Amino acid sequence: MARDLLTGNAAAAWGARLAEVDYVPAYPITPQTEIIESVAQWIARGEMAARMVTLDSEHSMLTAAGAAAATGARVFSASSSQGLLYAFEMLYTVAGWRVPLVLVNVARAVAAPITLEPDHNDVLAARDSGFLQIHAETCQEVLDSILMAYRLAEHPDVLLPVMVNLDGFYLSFTREPVEVPDLQAVREFLPPYQPEHARFSGSHAMAQGVAVLGGSAYAFFKYQMQRAAEAAGAVHGAIAAEFSQRFGRTYGAVEGYRLDDAEWVLVMSNSFSTAGKAEVTRLRERGERVGLLRLRLIRPFPHEEIARALAGRRGVAVIDQNISVGKGGILFAEVASALYGRSAPPLVSFIGGLGGRRFRSEEFDQMLATLHTAADTGGSSAPHLLFTAGEYRQVRDMLRIAHGSAAVES
Amino acid sequence: MAMQTRREIYKGIKDIPRPEHLAAGTGLCGGCGGLLALRLFHKALGPNAIFVNAAGCLTLLAVFPFSPFHSSWLYTAMASAPAGAQGIRDALDVLIAKGRLARADDLKVVVVTGDGAANGIGLQATLAAIQRGLDFYYFCYDNEAFANTGFQMSPASPYGSRTATTPPTATLPAGTTTHKQDLFELWRAQRPAFVATVSPAYPLDLLDKVGRAGRLAGPKLFISLSSCPPGWGIEPADSVAVAKLAVDSGVWPLKEGRDAAVVHTVTPHHRRPVEEYLRTQARYRHLFDPTRQDDILRQLQADVDAYWAAVTRT
Repeated sequence: MARDLLTGNAAAAWGARLAEVDYVPAYPITPQTEIIESVAQWIARGEMAARMVTLDSEHSMLTAAGAAAATGARVFSASSSQGLLYAFEMLYTVAGWRVPLVLVNVARAVAAPITLEPDHNDVLAARDSGFLQIHAETCQEVLDSILMAYRLAEHPDVLLPVMVNLDGFYLSFTREPVEVPDLQAVREFLPPYQPEHARFSGSHAMAQGVAVLGGSAYAFFKYQMQRAAEAAGAVHGAIAAEFSQRFGRTYGAVEGYRLDDAEWVLVMSNSFSTAGKAEVTRLRERGERVGLLRLRLIRPFPHEEIARALAGRRGVAVIDQNISVGKGGILFAEVASALYGRSAPPLVSFIGGLGGRRFRSEEFDQMLATLHTAADTGGSSAPHLLFTAGEYRQVRDMLRIAHGSAAVES
Repeated sequence: MAMQTRREIYKGIKDIPRPEHLAAGTGLCGGCGGLLALRLFHKALGPNAIFVNAAGCLTLLAVFPFSPFHSSWLYTAMASAPAGAQGIRDALDVLIAKGRLARADDLKVVVVTGDGAANGIGLQATLAAIQRGLDFYYFCYDNEAFANTGFQMSPASPYGSRTATTPPTATLPAGTTTHKQDLFELWRAQRPAFVATVSPAYPLDLLDKVGRAGRLAGPKLFISLSSCPPGWGIEPADSVAVAKLAVDSGVWPLKEGRDAAVVHTVTPHHRRPVEEYLRTQARYRHLFDPTRQDDILRQLQADVDAYWAAVTRT
């Protein structure tokens, strides 16, 4: 076991290396490229016994990844944002093949406008595809989640691909202390992939991805995926318990931070949760009984864990770093569905952190004040769009420059 | 009459392997030239193969719970079958190298695609696979339209043909006004290991090309002009005869490219008139009825004559 300062991307590459993957189809995109550069370097030096191929697009990359996994190889790949969406058709396709691929997504907001910094519209667009999703907060969690993801994907009760998400820039390019486990310890946790259900060979002919005619057969296979994803919740719990025992780090479907006596709860995900936790500490010093619930397992969605964690609170703010235009926060709707039919606390939806936009402390003050009001008047599903007066002035200044005059009315 | 180059492996009709690897009774149209060509193709490959399919007519070969193949099949998507072939080839190589798969279990990896995917949405993935030198076979059944969706125009649709999206009208009497994309030359520009045109009407030529290509590592590409009874407007029983007339009229040259050279493997010395080929098919009926469109007919014959004049000169 070695402790090192690693970026989120380097931690992801280490995850693939320690999982001893056979195959890495690749296509570069910011902010993911450091992952495939690291893997390429290790392969070139002979430190990693995998084959890497650069495809012509993410669509081809994911096709190659799924096809190799269907042949019986352990496969790793990574993408981001526009790339993930370019491959979108194949997300559904390889999930339908029931192959245990692990795909890292380095979250980045989606054009237009084209940008580089993160939000979660890319990864959450894939939420219905059949890929399971683990969203990581720290560089350590990125590495650990990849190892756990292979165990989950290859489990005979699951056999679905898994996406591990980390935020671009805030995590992909941030160095944190990471414990890199010993290869032997990882081998004991994650033995080599032995495909039973899906493999192509001369003595084992198989037809995969065949057409179905009519809704009954189609529904049958889709329902099987749903059942497998449902089973994946318990399987993840067992894997997490074993991981904790072996490596001393514990990951749940959700993570509570100072929740025990919390009256007010902020629901967040990914790396911005770290900032959220700092705000919880600040607000606690002011005497506010605030806690944070971080969503880690997004698919399967942990309804029960969320309902348990939020029961009896006075108010809950779901802070979405995404926007479903015309609806609002995606995770807000999902959290609300987890609480439906139970005695739920008032829920308020906030949208922030789009395109890497940072949260301000005043915004957390404001969100808490809104929760206080909601405790009396009830929650609301219309999203609050976080934006400060200072930002508004800044954007107006840019508009003025773009127009080349003072044409923008005040 | 046609002169044929010396064949090396399949010299006579008795050399055609008897084992069938593609069973009868599929859901495809009667008289499908593409299916006949694929059946011959598979005979030359032998049983240890995997067919990686792009969306098209032949996707309907494997419909749950049946597959007519004794070999393996993977339906991918319309755009990326060559990338699927890449993943399978690489996985097989890695698993064999690591001792997790017996060498005897190795597979020949074959892309099966129609002309619509091959010439358009799938072309990027195909050219990329050639550029990477992928060791695979590529079988394009070219019925000169998006036939599976009802025969809409594709980049492979010939000038003067009717498709569902290029109906001949008073203002556009030719029907299709664009010319067939030259997929053979698009591929050949990258010097793949082997590139050929084939026809289900010339089985020995087809088999011999596949057999000889099998000695070469790298991309091995085949376009089969595939007679399509519903799309072309011919009787299923006439499918092979029409496919043969395409070759004998010089419309569909049978050739192969290895290294820099192109060799014509079947040279019709007394070419039948193009008009004779066109008259067999309802998709060209507007060239004759209600009025004969002499300018278009002359152009189509002139195109074929010019092609063969260039062949003879070199």
